[in-house]
Amino acid sequence: MFSFTLRRALSALLVLFAISIAVFLIFFATPGVDPAARIAGRSASPATLAHVRAAFGLNRPIFIRYLLMMDHLFIKRDLTSYVNVGLKVVPQVLKAAPITLALVSGAAVIWLTVGIFGGIVAAANRGKFIDPLVMFIGIAAVSVPAYWLGEVVNLITQSRLHSSVFSWVPSGGYVSLTQNPFEWALHLLFPWLTLAALYAGIYARVLRAELVNAMNEDYVRTARAKGLSERRILIRHALRCSLISIVSLFGLDFGALIGGAALLTEVVFGLPGVGMLTYTALQNLDLPVIMACVLYGSFFVVLANAVVDVLYAFLDPRVRVA
Amino acid sequence: MPESPILKVSDLKVTFATRQGPLRAVDGLSFEVAPKEVVGIVGESGSGKSVSMYSMLGLVRDANVSITGSVKFNGREILGLTDREMQPIRGGEIGMIFQDPMTALTPVYTVGWQIIEQLRAHTTMTKVQARERAIELLAEVGIPDPRTRVDNYPHEFSGGMRQRVVIAMALSCNPKLLIADEPTTALDVTTQAQILDLMSKLQETYNSSIVIITHDMGVIAEMAHRVVVMYAGRPAEIGNEIDVVRHPRHPYTWGLLGAVPRVESRNDRLATIPGNAVSPLDIPEGCAFADRCAYRMDICTKRPQLQGDHGHLDACWLTDEQRVSIRSKATP
Repeated sequence: MFSFTLRRALSALLVLFAISIAVFLIFFATPGVDPAARIAGRSASPATLAHVRAAFGLNRPIFIRYLLMMDHLFIKRDLTSYVNVGLKVVPQVLKAAPITLALVSGAAVIWLTVGIFGGIVAAANRGKFIDPLVMFIGIAAVSVPAYWLGEVVNLITQSRLHSSVFSWVPSGGYVSLTQNPFEWALHLLFPWLTLAALYAGIYARVLRAELVNAMNEDYVRTARAKGLSERRILIRHALRCSLISIVSLFGLDFGALIGGAALLTEVVFGLPGVGMLTYTALQNLDLPVIMACVLYGSFFVVLANAVVDVLYAFLDPRVRVA
Repeated sequence: MPESPILKVSDLKVTFATRQGPLRAVDGLSFEVAPKEVVGIVGESGSGKSVSMYSMLGLVRDANVSITGSVKFNGREILGLTDREMQPIRGGEIGMIFQDPMTALTPVYTVGWQIIEQLRAHTTMTKVQARERAIELLAEVGIPDPRTRVDNYPHEFSGGMRQRVVIAMALSCNPKLLIADEPTTALDVTTQAQILDLMSKLQETYNSSIVIITHDMGVIAEMAHRVVVMYAGRPAEIGNEIDVVRHPRHPYTWGLLGAVPRVESRNDRLATIPGNAVSPLDIPEGCAFADRCAYRMDICTKRPQLQGDHGHLDACWLTDEQRVSIRSKATP
């Protein structure tokens, strides 16, 4: 198990290295993308361009530029924005990351709880009224776009019912956990619920399908022939095997969301997270910030996948040997 | 049979409601199993052997199934009991061995865990006691180095070894009756013989009755005291193993026995029963085997009842004289 974890961590590092090269090439070596032109402004003279190139080190070989970029990004950590000259990139990402992390982790707890519970309830009551009911709520939650749901939540809690039922709801923004844990949770409550709705729906539906499949497996028949209770068969046998696919789904979703895919929720609720940072950087084509955000995002996607693989091996003994 | 039967199945009918109409998987099966007796149920694929056993234990989970008749286990009616009422019987008093050992065990738990789970469901053993018992059981079914193997996962065992684990599990609570659903079908030939030997040996140690389902007449000849031959969900012939194998009465049994390859036979081609097994969706009103039977008569449009003497029954309209003349021609 330990050697498996180690091997997985090494391969994750390798993937990250490859991603950093790919991202660098996309933004700095693609024909037509001239960072110097971005920095110097729209109608800069050739002399200014040459000056900017020399000043930012853009006239040096691409290989050196990659190393310089990585040096500024990871070792010196003094990479500055091309758009707001002087603004350091790394602290910005480090400031935005905890917000996204808090939003996504809290939502993940909610959607896993609700999704797994919903899936089990639906599968256990297959063919009864409650099964299609849970599945309908699930598909409804999946179908509602996060930005629309977020706006509706805002409309209700901030405007229509703000003076009565929802007077306790703060008006958006973020309060850090260390500053005031209660306010932190209060500010994040509706963003959590909004983000979790979509995923809870997906997870409930996926888990129900997996469970229904598993309940037709031979090992479930064996478990029944052993004289176990239906509840134990469902939870200890069928659910245990179905969790494997839920975990892999969760790894992908969680990694992508931490990496910036929670953008819509962040924008709607005014949370200055990584999604928001990436979004503004893309609008300004602020290459260093984009570079940092993409690398940050890919780091979490790769990390989440590595964690999932290790979890996988924990859940499924057949994977460990391979 | 002087002792009262451990299992008495009377007129068991299992019908699935399908879009094409009722599918009669089992249609009037009756037989008894005496204590310590091994009863073989034999028939082609789809003849209702497995379904009849699963439906007895409530293991058929189809919402469209209807099961009628009577199944008395130890004198108690078990057909129609709820899952909760069945729990102590399943695994506790009736053990079950399945056809495919590769999929019969939950892949994510060690074999020891799965045996302990069953022991703890039916006894008051502590975890430590159950583990010791599990190791004993594994040793008993011939798994080498059981103290280490108890912590292995199913995928770390070969097919034959997995079937031994399943047998150990089925026997763990000293069941009075063991139902084996084609226990050797998924195994290779050498392993088949070992598993059959093991089952005979354990049957003597544990004194349990066995119902063994198979399509292999060789398995019947080796294991069974009595035989039920099934065709299209109906019993075609019932009798002692010697009687059925040496003096088969039903034309279907003749076909089955003729299809057993023999080492001394000089014929290159295997004998087969002409035609295909009848679809359970449209079983004829009369004898189900009539369409494939070489000795079909006019009366075969009426359904023959099981009859005979000395416990050797068959459902066929042929008279004794007709059988004698047919058999003397067939086997020179």
